[in-house]
Amino acid sequence: MRRIISILLLVIVAFGISLSLSKIPFGVPKTKVGKHYISEGVKETGATNVVTSVVVSYRGFDTLGEITVLFIASIGLGAVLSSIGKKTARKIEPASLILSTGCKVLFPLILIFGSYIFIHGHLTPGGGFQGGAIIASAYLLIYLGCRERRINAKVSMSIESLGGLLFVVVGLIGLAISGYFLANFLPKGTPNLLFSAGVIPIIYIAIGFKVGSELTGIIDNLIEES
Amino acid sequence: MIFIVSFLVLLMLVAAIAASVFRDLINAVIATALVSLIASVLFYFLQAPDVAMAEAAIGAALTTAIFIIAIRRTKRYEE
Repeated sequence: MRRIISILLLVIVAFGISLSLSKIPFGVPKTKVGKHYISEGVKETGATNVVTSVVVSYRGFDTLGEITVLFIASIGLGAVLSSIGKKTARKIEPASLILSTGCKVLFPLILIFGSYIFIHGHLTPGGGFQGGAIIASAYLLIYLGCRERRINAKVSMSIESLGGLLFVVVGLIGLAISGYFLANFLPKGTPNLLFSAGVIPIIYIAIGFKVGSELTGIIDNLIEES
Repeated sequence: MIFIVSFLVLLMLVAAIAASVFRDLINAVIATALVSLIASVLFYFLQAPDVAMAEAAIGAALTTAIFIIAIRRTKRYEE
């Protein structure tokens, strides 16, 4: 009986979703503001990656909210896990030679790739969130391959806080100079160059460090407890 | 092109169903990771490389790792 009811509910939900999705035209511009971002985005922000110009410049305040949510999630996880209490350190079985050597070779390459993604966020696809996640996956590899290695939790916490602080401070300097929060107060330069788009690369580097250390901290917390 | 995309969508559906059917939770997590991986490829085909990157890094790598750590702490088989 319960199964029939759940299947019926699922069918109703699927019907509702497909009904509302069929009303939305696919691939057609639906708002005027989207057209403005595409045609004027490069001129107004100096970032050739339109997604970055929206995420960091036009909707920069929302991004601040997003990284705050991530920060709260990471803190909450840490609080919940620390209330359970640390287990006594077991003897860690070392990984095989092939795995640990492979991790040591791959780790710096993944780290460089992640940094490239968030430093070039205003030029090529990618940005702070993506680069940070890639850096966290590099640390995950280290946790799997070289099991006795641990990151310094204090250092990662301070990097996280400094990243968030840099974001807010850049926003406040924009407020002081140009009159609104996260204003682009630096010269925009020529598009397509690394040093262009004003404060966008600075903010994305801050986000990259913050997201990378946060996700690494989450993984570190979970692995410590298991 | 359309064949590749439809093949990927079918594979994604199969993986999603498999994830809910498997009794061994490690297998189910791997199937979920496969769903994320195919989703990221499809995002790339839909010209959203930014989303594809986030999906590949977070959905396929980090979430899988967190699930596997959680399974190691609890039970591996669903009864």
